[in-house]
Amino acid sequence: MNVEAPDQQVSPPRERPGSESAAADSATQRNRPRRREGPAWVFLSPWLLGAAVLTLTPMLVSLYLSFTQYDLFTAPEWVGLDNYVHMFTSDPRYWRSALNTLIYVLVAVPLQLAVALAVALALNSMGRGKGFYRSAFYAPSLLGASMSIALVWRALFNDGGTVDDMLSTFGIDMGGWVNQPGWALLVVALLTIWQFGAPMVIFLAGLQQVPHELYEAAEVDGAGRVRRFLSVTLPMLSPVLFFNLVLQTIQAFQVFTPAFTVSGGRGGPADSTLFYTLYLYDRGFTASHMGYASAMAWVLLVVIGIVTALLFRSSRSWVFYNDKG
Amino acid sequence: MSRVTYHDAARVFTGNSPVRAVDNLRLTVDDGEFLVLVGPSGSGKSTALRMLAGLEEIDEGSVHIGDTDVTSMPPKSRDIAMVFQSYALYPHMTVAENMGFALKLRRIPKQDVRQRVAEAAELLDLTEYLDRKPRALSGGQRQRVAMGRAIVREPSVFLMDEPLSNLDAKLRVETRANIAALQRRLGTTTIYVTHDQTEAMTMGHRVAVLADGVLQQCDTPRELYERPANAFVAGFIGSPAMNLETVPLTAEGARLDEVTLPIPRGAMDSLGGGSEVTVGIRPESLRLVSDEQPDSLALHVELVEELGADCLIHGRTAVDGKRLIVRADGRRPPALGDTVHVVVRDPEEIHLFDAGSGNRTA
Repeated sequence: MNVEAPDQQVSPPRERPGSESAAADSATQRNRPRRREGPAWVFLSPWLLGAAVLTLTPMLVSLYLSFTQYDLFTAPEWVGLDNYVHMFTSDPRYWRSALNTLIYVLVAVPLQLAVALAVALALNSMGRGKGFYRSAFYAPSLLGASMSIALVWRALFNDGGTVDDMLSTFGIDMGGWVNQPGWALLVVALLTIWQFGAPMVIFLAGLQQVPHELYEAAEVDGAGRVRRFLSVTLPMLSPVLFFNLVLQTIQAFQVFTPAFTVSGGRGGPADSTLFYTLYLYDRGFTASHMGYASAMAWVLLVVIGIVTALLFRSSRSWVFYNDKG
Repeated sequence: MSRVTYHDAARVFTGNSPVRAVDNLRLTVDDGEFLVLVGPSGSGKSTALRMLAGLEEIDEGSVHIGDTDVTSMPPKSRDIAMVFQSYALYPHMTVAENMGFALKLRRIPKQDVRQRVAEAAELLDLTEYLDRKPRALSGGQRQRVAMGRAIVREPSVFLMDEPLSNLDAKLRVETRANIAALQRRLGTTTIYVTHDQTEAMTMGHRVAVLADGVLQQCDTPRELYERPANAFVAGFIGSPAMNLETVPLTAEGARLDEVTLPIPRGAMDSLGGGSEVTVGIRPESLRLVSDEQPDSLALHVELVEELGADCLIHGRTAVDGKRLIVRADGRRPPALGDTVHVVVRDPEEIHLFDAGSGNRTA
């Protein structure tokens, strides 16, 4: 533990110069003796310690490992860019996993946001019982992170599972969804879409911020329901939509638990649910190619960084921040 | 151009105890008239306006614009334009887009929209801001955009809901005059809601005073000031407010402190021999006199507000301790604690109201 000298901590707090101008204020702060920063460091130390030991160090180690061949048992062997070169030039499963992840992101994120927004809109126009339904719709998001719900999901969509049974009573015989390459990805995406609670709650908060007078002005201007949604709700909600989009996109790129469970940890059938992180896990912990797995992780980080940057750049043309008044 | 008629229109908010927010409003606004709805908060003035806009249901009675019964029509079919207190500008649209939005929805050709927006912008001095977003504008400019959005529609009625209340005092006075001038020029029937009686008096051809959802009086500003229909209107119109005191009634007149205010015979008869009467005297109807003057009222000065040209003397009567405000010459203000003597300028300027109902008696 990082303990400061006692005299530094008990020094009396200086009165804030309230009457001084802001410039003068910041000037006095700059000239203030360094030792007054002591208490701040003490309070920050638990977080700094955690960030350094649990996040920064592993990241740097993994960056190093990505240039090595390492099987956990023998010392890492420096191989330069070999891992990266192999990944991009001669590993079809890598590209398959990247493609699967891209499809998944493109399907699951827009659909999840659409469902979240639709439910938020319905809840927002509701009078009584809003609180109950809000909680009810949020619940899957709390459960969703767990393995158990993914297992239930697998059981539901398996051959002879509930969904299959129900459909066969209508004469539709699919023979299970999770064991068909064409459908398995969709089942995993559906599990994510179903967990729309978090974006929904944020949308709902956003909807409640839209000034009522804007809707009335639009109504007087002659805008119908659809027009009011397009010309008032969506633009006013765009900052919230953007926030949800960035967050969900970053999460979707890292999808793991549902795919791992639904596909039984192998990304099957026929690699159809072999997501990026699943393949990464497979390379690292099944095949013991830790160096290769580290290289994959770094590529994913860069890709997510680029995608996020592109989203931020695009936001300039479609996100509208309103100020007061 | 159209006249607007409320036929016993009412808005009732249901609940544990239903509230008649607007109670049997009967009011006609003539074609081209500027009518101001004024009243304290909760008086139902905004609700009455919103009923005309179609944003509030009409539970009883009906509302007509021109010869059309609009009672159950949606807002967009009523041919009205509204200016909101918050302006309600679309933050993601430019000034030009904001102003042209309603026209665009009516599928008016782009060329025409552009021209009408340009004309309105010219009229409101907004031409150089047409490509800006609302958040890059000052409060006064936003207010003008809100006006412009209403003007380009060329509606048969303008509705304005406290459009100046978000402006600072100086700009409010300036904009007040501009709106009034603009309305005279366009000649469009306008209904304007405000809680500010100065705005009401300076802008409206006629002013309708509401209290608790009930129309108290609708008249020209001068008539409202000179002949308020009841004690509420008397106290609401005029700044500072009229001195209103309920005093004993004697055979000679109304007893205020030790002074008897003469009451015309006609008024005396209509008071019906009650024992009390509410007397209203405007601060500007009182005059300072020397202490020898017979029948003058002695006042202890408690506060003097100097306005420059005038000063307002807040005092208490020497005997009964009734509060009175006197408007006097600003050049010779009395000191705190002084005793001054006042008389009513002209007995004609004494307003009399029934002590029970508050209605004017003469």
